[in-house]
Amino acid sequence: MTQTPLKFYVPEPSGRPGQATDFSYLRLQPAGAARKPPIDTIPYDTRDLALGLIRVLDEDGHAVGPWAEDGPDEATLRKGMLAMIKTRIFDARMVIAQRQKKCSFYMQCLGEEAIAIGQSLALQPGDMHFPSYRQQGLLIAQDYPLFDMMCQIFSNDKDPLKGRQLPVLYSVPDKGFFTLSGNLATQVPQAVGWAMASAIKGDTRIAAGWVGDGATAESDYQTALLFAHVYRAPVILNVINNQWAISTFQAVAGGEGITLAARGIGSNVASLRVDGNDFLAVYAASRWAANRARNNFGATLIEWVSYRAGPHSTSDDPSKYRPADDWSRFPLGDPIVRLKQHMIVRGIWSEQEHQEAQKACEADIVATQKKAESHGTMATGRTSSVATMFEDVYKEMPGHLRQQRQELGV
Amino acid sequence: MAQEKLKTRPMTMIQALRSAMDIMLERDDNVVVFGEDVGYFGGVFRCTEGLQAKYGHNRVFDAPISESGIVAAAIGMGAYGLRPVVEIQFADYFYPAADQIFSEAARVRYRSAGGYSAPLTIRMPCGGGIFGGQTHSQSPEALFTHVSGLRTVMPSNPYDAKGLLISSIENDDPVIFLEPKRLYNGPFDGHHDQPVVPWSKHPLGNVPEGYYTVPLDKASLYREGRELTVLTYGTMVYVAEVAAQEAGIEADIIDLRSLWPLDLDTILASVRKTGRCVVLHEATRTGGFGAELCSLVQEHCFYYLEAPIERVTGWDTPYPHSHEWAYFPGPKRVAEAFKRAFREA
Repeated sequence: MTQTPLKFYVPEPSGRPGQATDFSYLRLQPAGAARKPPIDTIPYDTRDLALGLIRVLDEDGHAVGPWAEDGPDEATLRKGMLAMIKTRIFDARMVIAQRQKKCSFYMQCLGEEAIAIGQSLALQPGDMHFPSYRQQGLLIAQDYPLFDMMCQIFSNDKDPLKGRQLPVLYSVPDKGFFTLSGNLATQVPQAVGWAMASAIKGDTRIAAGWVGDGATAESDYQTALLFAHVYRAPVILNVINNQWAISTFQAVAGGEGITLAARGIGSNVASLRVDGNDFLAVYAASRWAANRARNNFGATLIEWVSYRAGPHSTSDDPSKYRPADDWSRFPLGDPIVRLKQHMIVRGIWSEQEHQEAQKACEADIVATQKKAESHGTMATGRTSSVATMFEDVYKEMPGHLRQQRQELGV
Repeated sequence: MAQEKLKTRPMTMIQALRSAMDIMLERDDNVVVFGEDVGYFGGVFRCTEGLQAKYGHNRVFDAPISESGIVAAAIGMGAYGLRPVVEIQFADYFYPAADQIFSEAARVRYRSAGGYSAPLTIRMPCGGGIFGGQTHSQSPEALFTHVSGLRTVMPSNPYDAKGLLISSIENDDPVIFLEPKRLYNGPFDGHHDQPVVPWSKHPLGNVPEGYYTVPLDKASLYREGRELTVLTYGTMVYVAEVAAQEAGIEADIIDLRSLWPLDLDTILASVRKTGRCVVLHEATRTGGFGAELCSLVQEHCFYYLEAPIERVTGWDTPYPHSHEWAYFPGPKRVAEAFKRAFREA
């Protein structure tokens, strides 16, 4: 009897350098098409939303469909717009600073600004974020000083983390921003634990965990879904599907033929798949998930469909593994351009205001950068005292660390 | 000393550990206890028996079989402001939680410059001598002592178990609390052919009922001698005691209690007095915690030493089942090492 030889399968993206990506795999839905369920929906009943795509802004910039109701007010839209502009300019300046060797490393969130900023504005003070490294928008939307962010990036003598952490691995307790780790996905089950604690104490605050598409492959991500389900934790599990994990296409993380949101259904967690470049959809879906959590109906998984427009980091060259013009073809566009169009259509923004906001922001960031650089950069080598290297390993410094500090002569 | 006035009663190590958790659940509303089978059932070793009934599901509860999830949830709870006491059913099963313990719990305070901390206690039954085979017998302490930011603690008797566990729970650093399960019901000196002696027959099985602490970073001089220093912890404390008797050697037996950070002063004072040192542990030899102890003694006591430092440890093999007593560093092997420490060069 003859048998067919087995074939080994490895997913590949449709577009490699010099080709055009076929984005038909994205399973898009038109704006307004996805329904909006009640916040007490049972998770299994969200499966259409986990496989579809929640969008509010149509091609003309109008807000349509059930998710457009109870949307952000004008002040929130302005705040969101300004925070997105600020984040993008800040990113661009820091990339240049890295090229000038003022810092060792940087990571942009180009194209993903709407997600962290939209959710940040939809949650309440006191809620807690467990971010990954590409949610600087959470801090910028909450007006955390760019000066402090820059000092961390420059590892200078005003670095709040005393030069211990790689650039962008911020920690800001006052803004509900948990200390960033280089280890992927570890923070997602921690977010669930924080939410469990809030429920244990009968608090009203909720938590949000953040992870990229690639890191959903980590075991900690599965664990987070499990604990969120088992203990009905008041948590939002955010998956930013920007299609890329460094050079690896999202299909290799398990995204081929299925959505990442669909995994939530199997874990009995309510799951939404949302246009991550649609600020209004981000805000509405985040509000829905937050209300659900705050009313003891449990966790929500949200897959944010977006595109990593920039390089993975300053150490990365995407032209080696994907088409150079990929972002211009991405069907969900640019979140800033789309919100700008919407605000202009509504008559609450104008091209001129946009230009002026960008100019003012640029000037402000340049001035802030000068001030931050006056406290040192990696190029100047002006850092926090070396003696602080031995602090905070433990609450009190043990004998062996005191001795090692003496050995170093500091 | 106030602690001497406390009412005492005989307790096994299991009862002493349970009493420590009971007291801390009572004293601090932020203490929560969870792990696999820890809630309703009271733990596979009975260490949490009755606690859920007394404090409710909000404070003591069962967890999914996910070591990384248990530790990660505890880290998140610590960031919130709780004081979690979690259990890994066997130390042999901590490996899935290694990333959360090593990369996260140990470093949260450092990487946030003190902005956040991880005030957790992770209890893990450890050690062999119970025919536990490969995955119910391991002693992984060296994997923790190597990690900056962790405290590693191992009691050897009910009195210390309770006092050290209370100290660990109250401590704001993450503590790996290793419990030698061979000692849960009574001391064990390695003479597996003799009947087990219960803790009620041992002075350190007499435990205060109320609150007291045994300080971290302080070793205990379990037996005082003048000829030889024995550095050990856990079950090997009793093996050392009987081996010293059988070898006719008067040994300072130092029960480290806190493995890292440790009580260097007590170690150095003893070795400088005796001039001879033997290090004992159940764990495998190469890269084991004994290597660090030998190195510290060599570094600080070189000119006092009259013989090479000896190590008696588990062999560099996985923990076997049928060859339990050929693997376990019992009194015979230990006594031989004690004698070698007096051999003429």
